[in-house]
Amino acid sequence: MSTATTSTRSVPTRRRRKDDTKLALLFIAPASVGLLVFLVWPLLTGIYYSFTEYTTLTPPQWVGLENYSRLLADPIFWTSLRVTVLYVAINIGVQTVVALVIAVLMQRLTQSTVLRSLVLAPYLVSNVVAAIVFLWILDTQMGVFNIFLQWIGFDPIAFWASETWVIPTVALVNVWRHMGYTALLLFAGLQSIPAFLYEAARTEGAGEITMFRRITLPLLRPILALVLIMTIIGSFQVFDTVSVTTQGGPADASKVLQMYIYENAFAQYEFGYASALSVALLVILMVITFAQYWMSRAGQSDLD
Amino acid sequence: MTTTAPHIDRPRTTAEGRTALRPRRSVPWGKIAAWAVMVIFLLITLFPFYWMLRTALSSNNALATDPASLLPVGLNTGGFERVFGLQDVETAISQGGSGASINFWRYLLNSVIVATTVTIIQTFSCAMAAYAFSRLRWRGRDTVFLIFLGSLMIPQIFTLLPNFILIKNLGLVDTLLGIMLPTLFISSFAIFFLRQFFNNISREVEEAALIDGASKARVFFTLILPMASAPLATLALLTYMTAWNEYFWSLMVSYTDQSRVLTVALGVFRAQAPGTGPDWSGLMAATLVAAAPMLLLFALFAKKIVNSIGFSGIK
Repeated sequence: MSTATTSTRSVPTRRRRKDDTKLALLFIAPASVGLLVFLVWPLLTGIYYSFTEYTTLTPPQWVGLENYSRLLADPIFWTSLRVTVLYVAINIGVQTVVALVIAVLMQRLTQSTVLRSLVLAPYLVSNVVAAIVFLWILDTQMGVFNIFLQWIGFDPIAFWASETWVIPTVALVNVWRHMGYTALLLFAGLQSIPAFLYEAARTEGAGEITMFRRITLPLLRPILALVLIMTIIGSFQVFDTVSVTTQGGPADASKVLQMYIYENAFAQYEFGYASALSVALLVILMVITFAQYWMSRAGQSDLD
Repeated sequence: MTTTAPHIDRPRTTAEGRTALRPRRSVPWGKIAAWAVMVIFLLITLFPFYWMLRTALSSNNALATDPASLLPVGLNTGGFERVFGLQDVETAISQGGSGASINFWRYLLNSVIVATTVTIIQTFSCAMAAYAFSRLRWRGRDTVFLIFLGSLMIPQIFTLLPNFILIKNLGLVDTLLGIMLPTLFISSFAIFFLRQFFNNISREVEEAALIDGASKARVFFTLILPMASAPLATLALLTYMTAWNEYFWSLMVSYTDQSRVLTVALGVFRAQAPGTGPDWSGLMAATLVAAAPMLLLFALFAKKIVNSIGFSGIK
């Protein structure tokens, strides 16, 4: 960073530079069109739609805060929010622990690229593929996992059809798909911890667990926090798995927020209300992002 | 710490009688346990892939009688034949298929077109923007870059509905262009990723070319792009994967075979369960075929992708 700034500063003194504005505008034109038309404009219109009644057949009609008061009184919204939070909690909780274990094992046992590639395999398939495979593996009658459960003496579980199990199931399917990727992110962070710290600790008689608690965890914390926030924001947007497997059922037990938004927009054609629901999700994500920003600042100060 | 570090290094360099490495216990139980845990994680990771293959090669009728066999039961390729549309309707139904026609090659072609076009245009457009943000000097550069960065925070869900209405008004619903447009030119992540790299390319090479009279645009095309071929390839791979696996937006925009991509087709295939229950053998064959191109790409570029993940995620 410091070398970059010094070189940019020294250049103009050596050589007069002409202004590149024309070329720059040309170069950022395609990306800017994409940004304005498909990110900024939808952001603004989405907020506008949330204050309207809009069924796509007639133009949007301004209704003020009606969608929002409806939202606050809508039991299905609260159910879907609760379901989504439960999903995120299970998904992130399990995924972070598992990924951390895999990352530490990878670092302490082997640096093999083959191993790292194998761990990443599930990340390559789409959510849809992961969903269908686990729909089959966890099938109540013929799924191999239930047969295994019976073999070791348990009753089969209706993973996809039980109100209690459906959200943990969806969450764990997505843990399967993402744990390798998260592990690699954490692994990259672990690589930056100098090896001599471990060597030193070992000569002082520290065991693996002490080293994990005293060296790995504190030094990994900033990266852990970053990974955590990225995965939380990602997992709040769960949709694919639910859409392919349960469609929100049984009895709304897996109706995550995105599923509810999709239903409102494409089954009920209530774009205004669906937009208000999206705004609610956006607000949640923003709160998390700011909390992360605040936490990472707090985290930084005690690491230096 | 600083005092102990040199102390550790010393035995490694001097060839003393005892090994420079840590003292070995007779049986490394901890290590064995750690490997055992690792192997269990690997099994959990890889088992579903094996199960896809095993089920795809089984026949539906035999599956019902022996669902837990670790090897394919009633070994046959009927599942794959149904996916590729090689079976006539009666055979398909007798083997547990829905009998509905599956236009697999069409979906595959659609997926290839969408992922390839998006990858090429988006990578190129983002490379140009990244160059402008990194190596060109113009007023307002930092402000505009901040706006681009800020757009990283807009969740996809928020742009989906308004974008759908826009695509609908443009008359592009159920077209491949409609599927591609929102991500065709921009990925803020790609711009950020490439800008980091362009920032680190040495100024001297560029200066030399400029003194020789090359224009900045020429420098970009003939110098910077070739020098950045490695990160460009990595980014292209990640973009291809994202575009290939994308589901939500395609589901919204596509209604018929003419724009249906593989991920959406899989969902439809899954929903076409005949009365007797899903055609598991066919479904697993379909998921395997849909995942195969990515697994193949990955097998070819595994090292590059794996090593880039730390970079893309953290830096």
